[in-house]
Amino acid sequence: MFGFVKLLRPKAELRRAADLTFGGSSATFRAAMKFIDEYRDGAIVRRIADVISSITTRPWTIMEICGGQTHAIVRFGLDELLPEDITLVHGPGCPVCVTPVEMIDKAIELARRPGFILCSFGDMLRVPGSRTDLLSTKAAGGDVRMVYSPLDAVRIARENPERQVVFFAVGFETTAPPNAVAVQCAKREGLKNFTMLVSHVLVPPAIEAILSAPQNRVQGFLAAGHVCTVMGYHEYEPIARRYHVPIVVTGFEPVDILQGILMCVRQLESGRCEVENQYARSVHRAGNQPAQTLLKEVFSVVDRAWRGIGLIPRSGFALSEEYAAFDAERRFELECITAAESAECMSGLVLQGVKKPVECPAFGTRCTPEHPLGATMVSSEGACAAYYRYRPWKGTQK
Amino acid sequence: MEGNSEIRPVCPLPIAQYPHVVLAHGGGGSLMHQLIESVFARRFSNPALDQRHDGALLELDGVRLAFTTDSYVVRPLFFPGGDIGTLAIYGTVNDLAMCGARPHWLSAGFIIEEGLPMETLERVATSMAQAAAETGVQLVTGDTKVVEKGKGDGLFVNTAGIGIVRHGVRLCPRMVLPGDAVLLSGDVGRHGMAIMSVREGLEFESRIVSDCAPVADAALALVDAGIEVHCMRDLTRGGLASALNEIASTASVEIRIEEASVPVSEPVRGACEILGFDPLYVANEGRFVAFASARDADRALEIVRQSPQGGGACLIGQVAGAHRGIVTLRSRIGTNRILDMLSGEQLPRIC
Repeated sequence: MFGFVKLLRPKAELRRAADLTFGGSSATFRAAMKFIDEYRDGAIVRRIADVISSITTRPWTIMEICGGQTHAIVRFGLDELLPEDITLVHGPGCPVCVTPVEMIDKAIELARRPGFILCSFGDMLRVPGSRTDLLSTKAAGGDVRMVYSPLDAVRIARENPERQVVFFAVGFETTAPPNAVAVQCAKREGLKNFTMLVSHVLVPPAIEAILSAPQNRVQGFLAAGHVCTVMGYHEYEPIARRYHVPIVVTGFEPVDILQGILMCVRQLESGRCEVENQYARSVHRAGNQPAQTLLKEVFSVVDRAWRGIGLIPRSGFALSEEYAAFDAERRFELECITAAESAECMSGLVLQGVKKPVECPAFGTRCTPEHPLGATMVSSEGACAAYYRYRPWKGTQK
Repeated sequence: MEGNSEIRPVCPLPIAQYPHVVLAHGGGGSLMHQLIESVFARRFSNPALDQRHDGALLELDGVRLAFTTDSYVVRPLFFPGGDIGTLAIYGTVNDLAMCGARPHWLSAGFIIEEGLPMETLERVATSMAQAAAETGVQLVTGDTKVVEKGKGDGLFVNTAGIGIVRHGVRLCPRMVLPGDAVLLSGDVGRHGMAIMSVREGLEFESRIVSDCAPVADAALALVDAGIEVHCMRDLTRGGLASALNEIASTASVEIRIEEASVPVSEPVRGACEILGFDPLYVANEGRFVAFASARDADRALEIVRQSPQGGGACLIGQVAGAHRGIVTLRSRIGTNRILDMLSGEQLPRIC
C-alpha cells in the first residue's frame, strides 16, 4: 500500500517521496479517504459480480499477485460473490512472506550485536527465522526498533553516531523508492553508521517463474496496482504475449478487484491476452519515471531466493556499487546460516497458487497466527493468515 | 526457479512457545489471554476471578462490592484529550461501572523514574484530582516508588478501586443470552490513533483526540432505569473486536455485528487506512458495549444517548443462539466474515 509514504518527515522529504511514488501529485493523499467509500459500495460490487457470472462460460483460474489484494478479497468475502467457475489463487506478493529465512537470520544476528540498532517495519518482527524472530530478539535485549519510514532509521543513525544503525529494507518495487531516498539521504549527509540489509524483490520475474512451472494452473493475473504505479506496466506486455495470459493491473478496493476480475474474465472468454489497466486513477503505462531513475541509480538487479519458492534469476534489488558502503551484507561479516524448514507446511505451494491455505493439513490446527509454521500465516497479508482470520472453518482442518 | 516439477514445501520451523515475554503479550489479543490463562488464572483460580469480568464481584455482610485494578504505562504521558492521570482514574472507574457498581474509593501507586521533572508529576496529580472529583471518587490510599534512571519509562501508575454494586444488579459475561442486543456507546478507535499520532510523530491532517472519559454515568443510568442489561464491558486495548471476542467466548455465544453500524470517525478511518489498521481493533478509553434484552434495546439506546459521553451510541448487532464463542461481522457489501481476536497488537504493514 502507500501508507508509509505519508509518514515521512520532514515535510519536504514527505513531498519528495510522495511525488516519487505517485508521480508528483501531493493532492493524492489529501483526497485519499474520499476515494475509499465509493470503491466499497455493496450495490456496485454486486452488480459487477453479476456481470462476471453472466459472461463466464467455463472454469478459469486467476491469480491476484499482491498480498494486499488477497487480504481485501478474504476480508470482504469477494470470492463468495463469484461464480463457481472462477477460482482465485493467491500470489507471492506478500513481502513478509517471501523474505528468505537467511535474511531474517541475518537481521536477527545484527540486532544481537552490541552497538547495533536494527530498524524494521512492524510486520517483519514476528516472522520466524530459522530459530527465533525479531520480537524475541528484542525481548532478549537486542535493540530492535519498529519504524514507519526508512527515514526514521536515518534519523536514528543521525542521533546515535556511536551506534551502527541497520534498516531492514524489504518489499517489492513499491517500497523500493522510499528506501532509495533514505540511502541517498544518508550518503548526502555522509552518515558512516547507516546501512541497509536489502531483500527487495521484483514482481515480473515471479510471474514468469509461476507461469513457467510445469504444475502451473494460473490462466490470468491481476497485477499489483501500487507496484505498477511505480514501474508502469510495459514490462508485463512481453509476458502476456509469451505465455498467452491476460494481465490486468488492478487496485485494492472491492470494486477495483471485481472490476479487475471482470476484465480478466472478458479476455479469457474471448481468447485475448493483453495487459489492461483497471487502476487507471493511479497507474500509467510508463509508471513513475523519477522513481525509476532513482531505483536505477541506487539499486542493481540481482538473483534472489524467495521464501517458499526458491531462487528466481534477476528477481531482486541489491544496492549498486556506488552505494556499496551502505550495504550491511558487504559491510559486516554475516555468518551464513542454513535454515531448517518444516516439512509440514506448504506455504511455498500456496505462494505459487498451487494450493489454497485450507488444503494444508496443518492449517488452523498445528499452524495458527500465534504459532505459525510458515510465513504466509504470520503476515497480515499472508494468504493463510487472511483465511484463518476471516473464514469460519477456523479450528477445523477444512 | 528450481525444482518446480515436484512438491517442495519450504517453510520455517515454528516458534512453539515464546521462552520470554514479548511485547505482543501485552497487546490485548490472544497472546495476552494465553499468558493470563497459563501463568496466572490457573494458579490463582477462585470463584470471583473465574467470572472473567472487568472486576471481581464480592459479597461482604450483605453488601455487594466490585473490586478492580489496572496499571497505566502510556507513552507519551500527555496526549490529545488526556494524560496518564486521567486514564488511571477513568479506567478504573469505568471497570467498576461495568460491574454495575458506583465507584467510591481508589488507591494509586506511582512508579517514578529518577529524573522525572517534578512539574510533570504535579501535572499528573492535578489531572488525577480533577478526574476523581468529576467521577465522585476519593483517592484513599497510595504508594510511591522511585526507580533508577533507565529502569522505568518516566512514570507508571497503578490504580485499584472499590465500588458498591447497585441493588439487584447482576452483570457478567455468562449472563449474556441469545437474542440480546449489542449497544455501543460511541465511535471507536480514537484513543489508539491519538496516541499513535503523538507517539510516532505521524502527521495526520485532522488532529485526533482521545476518547478518554468516564462512562459510569451512562452505564449506571441503564441499570437505574431498570433496563434488562446482562453484561457491560469497556473497550480498551484490543478494541471493540477483542472485547466482543472475550464475551463471546466466556458466554459461549455467537455475536453478530453489522460493520456499517459501527461508528468510526473520518480522521480515525483515514489514519487506519494509511497504517493498514482495522479500527475495530484499535484502543479506546471512553467507550463501552452493553448487552441488553432485545425488548429494551431502543430504550437503552435512548438513555445512553442522553449521557454526556453517549451521544454517538448505536445498536451494532445481536447475540445469536449458536453455542460457539465467535464474533461474526456482516460487511458493508453484505458478505460475512469472522471477527477474530488478534494475537498481539496490530503492526503497521510494510506496504
